[in-house]
Amino acid sequence: MTATAPAPVTLSPDAPGAAAPALRAENLTLGYTKDRPVVHGVDVAVRPGALTVLVGANASGKSTLLRGLARLLPAHEGHVTLDGDPIERIPARQLARTIGVLPQNPIAPEGITAGELVARGRYPHQPVFRGRSSDDDAVVAASLAATDAASLAERRMDELSGGQRQRVWIAMALAQQPRILLLDEPTSALDVAHQVEVLDVLRAEVDRGTTVVVVLHDLTLAARYADELVVLCDGRIVAQGTAGEVLTEATVRDAFGIDARILTDPDTGRPVVLPRALVSPVASPVASTVPNPAKTPVVFQATV
Amino acid sequence: MSAAVALGALDRTRRERRMRAASTTGILTAVGIALAITALAVGSVAIAPADVIAALAGTADGGAQFIVRELRLPRLTLALVVGAALGMAGALLQSVVRNPLASPDIVGVTGGASAAAVLAIGAGATGLAVSGSALVGAAVAIVLVLAASGRQLGGTRIVVVGIAVAFLAQGVLGYALTRARLEQADSAYFWLVGSVGSPSTPETLVLGMLVAVVAIGTVLGRGALAAQLLGDETATAVGSRPRRTRILAVTASTVLAAASVAVAGPLAFVAFVAGPIARRLRGGGPAVLTAALVGAVLVLASDLVAQNLIPGSLQPPAGLVTGAVGAPLLVWLLIRAARQEGRA
Repeated sequence: MTATAPAPVTLSPDAPGAAAPALRAENLTLGYTKDRPVVHGVDVAVRPGALTVLVGANASGKSTLLRGLARLLPAHEGHVTLDGDPIERIPARQLARTIGVLPQNPIAPEGITAGELVARGRYPHQPVFRGRSSDDDAVVAASLAATDAASLAERRMDELSGGQRQRVWIAMALAQQPRILLLDEPTSALDVAHQVEVLDVLRAEVDRGTTVVVVLHDLTLAARYADELVVLCDGRIVAQGTAGEVLTEATVRDAFGIDARILTDPDTGRPVVLPRALVSPVASPVASTVPNPAKTPVVFQATV
Repeated sequence: MSAAVALGALDRTRRERRMRAASTTGILTAVGIALAITALAVGSVAIAPADVIAALAGTADGGAQFIVRELRLPRLTLALVVGAALGMAGALLQSVVRNPLASPDIVGVTGGASAAAVLAIGAGATGLAVSGSALVGAAVAIVLVLAASGRQLGGTRIVVVGIAVAFLAQGVLGYALTRARLEQADSAYFWLVGSVGSPSTPETLVLGMLVAVVAIGTVLGRGALAAQLLGDETATAVGSRPRRTRILAVTASTVLAAASVAVAGPLAFVAFVAGPIARRLRGGGPAVLTAALVGAVLVLASDLVAQNLIPGSLQPPAGLVTGAVGAPLLVWLLIRAARQEGRA
């Protein structure tokens, strides 16, 4: 994945060493209906320049927390701040130049090509009366290259495989030249090779200085890639730290309701989670049935 | 060098899109001009195309000049402007709620406008007051539909709710027509199905200006409209404000639809079919301006067919033709939607 970007274009505008922006949630409570919050009073500071992985059982609130950090869901209480400013007070385009977001089930407009989709990521850089510039094309091309999707540029989104499509979506977020990238389960529905491919792209972005927060389901992959692991259970953070610190048998039992053996990857020294059996009775919050609009597939999106 | 590969691809895609936009616009304009000349030439008195041109230039003899410029041109202009207004109204609504079924005629907006206009006429209103009532009726209908559809604007729910609102409006309209003592049966037809047969220059002018204003807004807001097609979350993620875009576009769509109803009646299905045809021709996108051209061509063609090709002594209004063409398309789209929902 060695992408050659056109000379003047950088996807991460920060010079090395520049202070990465600080994204944090303070006493954040949010949900889809006012009376049933999914995330309860969470305090979390995203580690700048690191790859943070949010994990937790279904309905633990990890996607909801990410959506709160991404201002896709307004806070009921508390707030999310970027460098100390509440994000709801930051103008939409300005925020989109700092924070890139990939929602869980993004919708590709009918007939759009991968290149055109990635170009949508340039929207926050295009003032109303100016429109597209040649810089925009260079950034779009570099973003496609960074996710190894340059050869897909002319293909229509509906012709691409799941893994290809996901890389194009990530390229769209990169085209915003964000310093923080938030992704909601970008690897769900992908086979293991494509999951690794997507995570390698994210790792490369972190190496370039971008702060990345990603929701993942696979604990072993999470441990393999995370600089920082945040474990959620019932809408609260139950553990935060490096994978080695966080992934203990007790935490996995409490947060996921399984008895697991934690082994150590002989190559990386990172923990490997080996599920053994359900803790009975099921202690996990799977019984909770709060409807989550993010997980409701959009059933009818066709234009004619 | 993969970025260079992508750069070339971006260029090629853009050239293809431009070609397609240019050819679509060119073909629609050519068809429109051909239809316009035909509309000016045919009728109870046939005028040769050369004489039509001469009449437009002001050099034809008195009779032809009068027929072309005073009788047929106003009707032609109204058909074009109403078609453009309805086409844009439909494409805007369909784009911002991301649902090809959501057009002002399907969801009861034009019905609400018609009913309110006739109620106002019954109460003795004329002129601007009628147009104002049409706008109020349209606004009530769209607010009802959006409120009852909640967050599920993308599905068939908005259509089901819309059909209920349309029936409600139809009931009110029927009642109002019995009370309104409209002088001729023609007037009743006008409010039930729509017609471009009674043009008035000031009304056409006002509608034309509304079309121009919304067209400019569409060009300035093209980025936001394109972002809207990504879904609210992704649109927010790239720095657009989908709620604001939706409010603006729904307002523009409702005003255009209400104003068209005020001058030409409901003209079923023009708003509904113009968007899908335009998007098919352009290969995607909001295609609002293309939909304006498609709408203009559709209304012009429908009026031409209604005036000249349907046998009988009474000329049927253009709305009958647009309805006959549009209804099958609605059925087809609903079947497609049901299949997709079944698969999902």
